Amino acid sequence: MSEPEAVVSVSDLRTYFHSDDGIVKAVDGVSFSVRRGETLGIVGESGSGKSVACLSLLGLVARPPAFHPSGEVWYGGRDLLRCSERELEAIRGDRLAMIFQDPLTSLNPYLRISRQLTEVLEVHKGTSGAEARRAAIAMLERVGIPDADRRIDQYPHQFSGGMRQRVMIAMALLCQPEVLFADEPTTALDVTIQAQILELIADLQRSAGTAVVLVTHDLGVVAGSTDRVAVMYAGRIVETGPTAEVFACPRHPYTRGLLASTPRIDTPPGSHLEAIPGMPPDLGHLPAGCPFHVRCSRSIDRCRSEYPPFTRLSATHAAACWNMEEPS
Amino acid sequence: MSSDETASERPLLDVHDLEIRFPVTVGEGWLTRHRQEVRAVDGVSFSVRRGETLGLVGESGCGKSTTGRGVLQLLRPARGEVMFDGLPLHDLWVRRGRSWAWGPELRALRRRMQMIFQDPFASLNPRMTVEAILAEPLRNFGLADGSDRRARIQSLLETVGLDPRMIRRYPHEFSGGQRQRIGIARALALGPDLIVADEPISALDVSIQAQILNLLQQLRRDLGLTMLFIAHDLAAVRLVSDRIAVMYLGRIVELADAVTIVAAARHPYTQALISAVPAPDPVAEQTRQRIVLEGEVPSPLNPPAGCPFHTRCPLREERCRHEVPVLREVARGHTVACHVA
Repeated sequence: MSEPEAVVSVSDLRTYFHSDDGIVKAVDGVSFSVRRGETLGIVGESGSGKSVACLSLLGLVARPPAFHPSGEVWYGGRDLLRCSERELEAIRGDRLAMIFQDPLTSLNPYLRISRQLTEVLEVHKGTSGAEARRAAIAMLERVGIPDADRRIDQYPHQFSGGMRQRVMIAMALLCQPEVLFADEPTTALDVTIQAQILELIADLQRSAGTAVVLVTHDLGVVAGSTDRVAVMYAGRIVETGPTAEVFACPRHPYTRGLLASTPRIDTPPGSHLEAIPGMPPDLGHLPAGCPFHVRCSRSIDRCRSEYPPFTRLSATHAAACWNMEEPS
Repeated sequence: MSSDETASERPLLDVHDLEIRFPVTVGEGWLTRHRQEVRAVDGVSFSVRRGETLGLVGESGCGKSTTGRGVLQLLRPARGEVMFDGLPLHDLWVRRGRSWAWGPELRALRRRMQMIFQDPFASLNPRMTVEAILAEPLRNFGLADGSDRRARIQSLLETVGLDPRMIRRYPHEFSGGQRQRIGIARALALGPDLIVADEPISALDVSIQAQILNLLQQLRRDLGLTMLFIAHDLAAVRLVSDRIAVMYLGRIVELADAVTIVAAARHPYTQALISAVPAPDPVAEQTRQRIVLEGEVPSPLNPPAGCPFHTRCPLREERCRHEVPVLREVARGHTVACHVA
C-alpha cells in the first residue's frame, strides 16, 4: 500500500467532530505519503481540513469534541492511530516534529528559552545539564539567532515574531526528526522574514534529509518550497501531484480557480481576477455529491449526487472530479 | 502640476511632511521605566488625484496604517499638512480641556472621507442588523428618511453584491467575505469622495480576496472613487492601484506608478520586497534570484541614524550611516530616497 521509501504513509484518514450541527467531517478520507528529503505541500482555504489532518495524525486533536480518527498512519512499522498516548509521546517531538503558525501560543511564556529547549533533549535523548545547553545553543545559532548564548536565557516575549519562529524551528529540529510538520509556519510573518524562514527550512532539510509536510493557504509558498502538492477542499484531497505539474496543468476546477484567484506580481494592474464564486464550505451543511459543485463552473448533473472517485491522470498526478479541466 | 492649477486639477488629497507620534512606556524595571515618543510616521508626503488609487505598501510597523489614520484625522498629526480638497484638515482640530478634538468643520467633512477596515468581524456591531449598521451613518448626517432610507440601504447592498433581502440579518449570519462587503457598503453609504482601505483583504480566504479585489475595482470604475489602498501584499496592491508608495520605518522610500515600481524598482528595499513575494509558479520560483535581507526591521523606538534601511541594505555605503536620503525624482513621476540607487 505504501511506497517503499515513504517515511510516513497516511491512508483514508477521517476525523469527525461532534457539534451543534451534528457530526462535522473535518477530514474525510485523506491519503498521502511523504518520502525522505521531500517536501509535500498541503494547500487549502479555511475549513479544508488541512491543519486538522496534520494534528490528528500526530494525535493532537482534542477528544472530545473529536472522535478518535479512523484510517491508518504508518510510521516506522507502526500505525500511529493505534499507538498508546505514551508511545506517541515518545515519537512526537523526537522523530516527528511540528511547528505552528503562531509560536507565541506554542512556547511557554513563563519559561526561559533555555529550559524549553533542554527539556526536549532531556525527555527524548536523556542529555541534560551543560551538554544539553551546548546543543541548544548550537541549534539556535544554526537557525540564525545572533548572540545565541546570551539570548537562550531570555523569555519568549523578548523575541520578535521572526526570531520566535526560529526558536520554534530550533526546538522542532533539536532531535533531528525524520518528518517535520509545518502548519502555516510563515503566515504571521512579513514577506522578507518569510523568505528567510523558508530558506532556513529548505537548508536544514537539504543537510539532514528531513521530510517536510508544509501546510499553507499560500500558493506562492507551495510553488517555491514543495516537491509535491495535495489540494484540499471540504475535508478531502481533490488533486495531488508533482507541484510543477499541478501548477502547469491543474485538472480540478478548484485548483484552477485558486490559481486564477491569486494575483501575481506581474499581473497587469487593473486586471479582473477570475474569482471562484460563493464562499468556502460550511462543513456542518455540506451539499450532496461533490461539495465544490455549488461554486463550480463546470458542474454537471452527476456532481450534485455522487462524490467523484480519485482518478489517476499520470503515474503521479490524480484528481477527483466528474468533469475535469482539459489538459492545457 | 502647472502653476495655473484649477480646482479640478488640484489633487483631492495632498499630504505634506506628515509626522505622527505615539507616547510609549519603555524599560522594564521601575527605575528604568520612562515615557518616550515614537515617530510612527516620519515626514511622509504624497498626493492622490481625484479618481486615482494610491497603494501604500510595507511590512508590519512601517507606518502605513498610521498614515491612513493620520489622513482621516483619526490621529492628530504632530507636524505636517493634510490638505483635502483644498481644506487643511490638520488645522480643523479644537482644544478641549487638555486634549484636542475635532472641530465642527472636520466632523462635517467626515461624510466625504470613509474607511474600510481589515477585520470584518471586529468592525461590525454584532447586536445590530445590517439595516441598522447601514442606517447609522445616514441618520448621523440626516440623509434619507423612512422608506427612502430603506431603499437606499437596499441599493447599497446591491452595489456591493449582496442580496437586498438580507437587510434584517445580523453580522454573524454572514461569511467573512460577505461581512467585508457590508463594511464596504457602510463606507459607501454617504457617497464619500475618498476611501481609505486598510488591509481590506488580508483576513480573507484566497478565493474571497479575489472577489473583494474585483468588487473594489468595479466600484472605482462605477463610482469614480478616490482611494488610499493600504496593504502588505504587493501583488494585490498592484492590481488595484494606479501608483504605489513603498514605506519603511515611517518613511516613503520609493513612489512610482504600479507598473514601474515593479518593473524598474530602484530602492534596494523595494527590490528585496518584490523578490520576496512568492509567485504561484514553480518554474518562476526555481529560476528567480531572491534577495534575502539580513536581520529585521529596527525598532521605531530607536531608529538607526542616517538612512533607516542601512542596517539591512546590501548596497550601503559610508554616508548611508549618517545622512538621511531625501526623495528625489529619478524619472518622471518616480521618486526614490536612496543615496546609492
